[in-house]
Amino acid sequence: MNQGSLTKDIILFVIFAGLVIAAPVLLTPLGAGYPDLLQKFAIFGIFAIGFNILFGLTGYLSFGHAAFLGVGSYASVWMFKLLSMNVIPAVIFSVIVAGIFALLIGFITLRRSGIYFSILTLAFAQMSYNLAYSVLTPITNGETGLQVRQLAPSDRAADYVLNLRDEDLRILDQAFGVVEQGIPITNLFGIKMSGYPGFYFCAVLLIIAFGLSILIARSNFGMMLKAIKSNQNRLNYTGVNTRPYLITAFVISGMYAGLAGSLLAVTDPLAGAERMQWTASGEVVLMTILGGAGTLIGPVLGATLIKYFENIFSAINDNVLQGFYSFLPDSLNEIAVAVSGMFVGKGWHLTLGLLFMVIVVFLPGGLMQGFQLIANRFKRKKKTDSTQHSKQAAE
Amino acid sequence: MENIVLHVNDVHKSFAGLHALSDIDLAVREGETHAIIGPNGAGKSTLLNVCIGRLKPDSGSVVFDGVTLTGKKPYEINQLGVARVFQTPEVFPDLTALDNVMVPALAKRDGSFKMSVIKRLSREKGLRAQAEHMLEDLGMADQMQQIASEMSRGNKRRLELAMSLIQKPRLLLLDEPTAGMARHDTNATIDLLKKIKEGGMTKVIIEHDMHVVFSLADRISVLAGGRIIAQGTPDEIKNNPKVKEAYLGEEQV
Repeated sequence: MNQGSLTKDIILFVIFAGLVIAAPVLLTPLGAGYPDLLQKFAIFGIFAIGFNILFGLTGYLSFGHAAFLGVGSYASVWMFKLLSMNVIPAVIFSVIVAGIFALLIGFITLRRSGIYFSILTLAFAQMSYNLAYSVLTPITNGETGLQVRQLAPSDRAADYVLNLRDEDLRILDQAFGVVEQGIPITNLFGIKMSGYPGFYFCAVLLIIAFGLSILIARSNFGMMLKAIKSNQNRLNYTGVNTRPYLITAFVISGMYAGLAGSLLAVTDPLAGAERMQWTASGEVVLMTILGGAGTLIGPVLGATLIKYFENIFSAINDNVLQGFYSFLPDSLNEIAVAVSGMFVGKGWHLTLGLLFMVIVVFLPGGLMQGFQLIANRFKRKKKTDSTQHSKQAAE
Repeated sequence: MENIVLHVNDVHKSFAGLHALSDIDLAVREGETHAIIGPNGAGKSTLLNVCIGRLKPDSGSVVFDGVTLTGKKPYEINQLGVARVFQTPEVFPDLTALDNVMVPALAKRDGSFKMSVIKRLSREKGLRAQAEHMLEDLGMADQMQQIASEMSRGNKRRLELAMSLIQKPRLLLLDEPTAGMARHDTNATIDLLKKIKEGGMTKVIIEHDMHVVFSLADRISVLAGGRIIAQGTPDEIKNNPKVKEAYLGEEQV
């Protein structure tokens, strides 16, 4: 990450915001122009940006970030159940809860670095996952998952003989006299959070999250984090107490994950423990490395790519392939379908795996490094062209 | 009487029965350049590591300006005004030379921890000017935007010196500042250190190279077998029979 002038950062931010807002139009040709998927892009974009603040800047690889995602989801659903279906209290509460949770876990795990830190975070996340299924069932509703339910009958609410897992209170909504029919939908002051309004709510938060990450990366604080990544030992002898810096970065990163988890609950007010599983933690690592760890845009790019593969590539079946290869004679068609069938549909993981290997081997800086190389080649070409031109002119 | 800045009192340190340091008493006066010399394995680096808080002595204490350093963390010792230059240059390899100098400058101004998430580093014009000035002083004006890992060893050494000097430490500890350098780089470093000397900074140098020691030191302590066997001005040391013995072995009769 280079120093970057203020103007360049502002341009980057404006372009990013423009692209996100125009995403429904831009991504339609790729078959991804529908709000449910776009919302996922935005949510996992936030998750990856937050992860990158820890991993990209300090070099500390957390393998348990999904725990904060899960905590954020549970916290949000509880707000939906207890206070209001309005998303504002849910989002704020989730970020705070995830922050506190990250402070606790960070305080312990950051006593170690390198692989030991990664293993500790993994252990904590798996512990949270298993606790959510067992001891914490009163809070998490175990395997069924925590869901928004119908209101408890008012007489029982008054007597506090409630089964909060199956009956909701929504104190704020009740106080404001919101009438509910069936199970209500999340909303922002009456605007239903489904379809495009839902996407744009996530999009605005993604843009804010991205802007904050630029500020952090360019700040004095961000420079200290980069110095930790570069040579932590030297930094200690330079008079810097690295531990509070690391804990702060960990907490910020956990809050981003909490926000993402909360938005998952906004999209679909259901929180299950599988959100905390280690595969989910691994996914955000893949996203960040695929896009380019330590870059500003990379994580969002990686998140979008992986979610695109997961949703679009996995939906391609043999019929679609037969249609695609219909120009071939029948026998060839069959072979082509059989071969490419391994890479799409249920085989999308294979494609993703191959892509990931190619990128890590040839572009350790992720997709962003690839773009950088292409851009540099263009620049050099232009330069040599122009010098040749001027030489010719001189002759 | 001159002020004593660093006082090493009766320090002992042993590793698994091997006495690395015994009965070390050392007083470094304000403004002087104090060299610690001695053959390989004499305990020079151990002594420095005890001073900087990397190693805890088994007994005895190190007092800097009235404050006991033993048991303090490295960053606390630095914040008290003790900077260190390492034997193999320790810089931030992924950062530019300018950023390498900005980090210690920030640490000096803001203390060991400060949350400044919103303040842009590029707007720290005052610190930036200081850092640029420091690099220019050390003849690195052309390398400000160079990534440290791409620098030659000599330049890394100079960069590390800039990182220490920007903090204006009261005491600078140098661990073999010319190790592995070519002769003309060594001379350049000597000139540089002489220049710093005019600023009145107290320095402790550990060095193998006698040429460096005799051109810089005001006083010299000679370490052999974990003990200080001689202390004095360069001239006194040159003619001390014990020192000759430690370096050249016992005289054959």
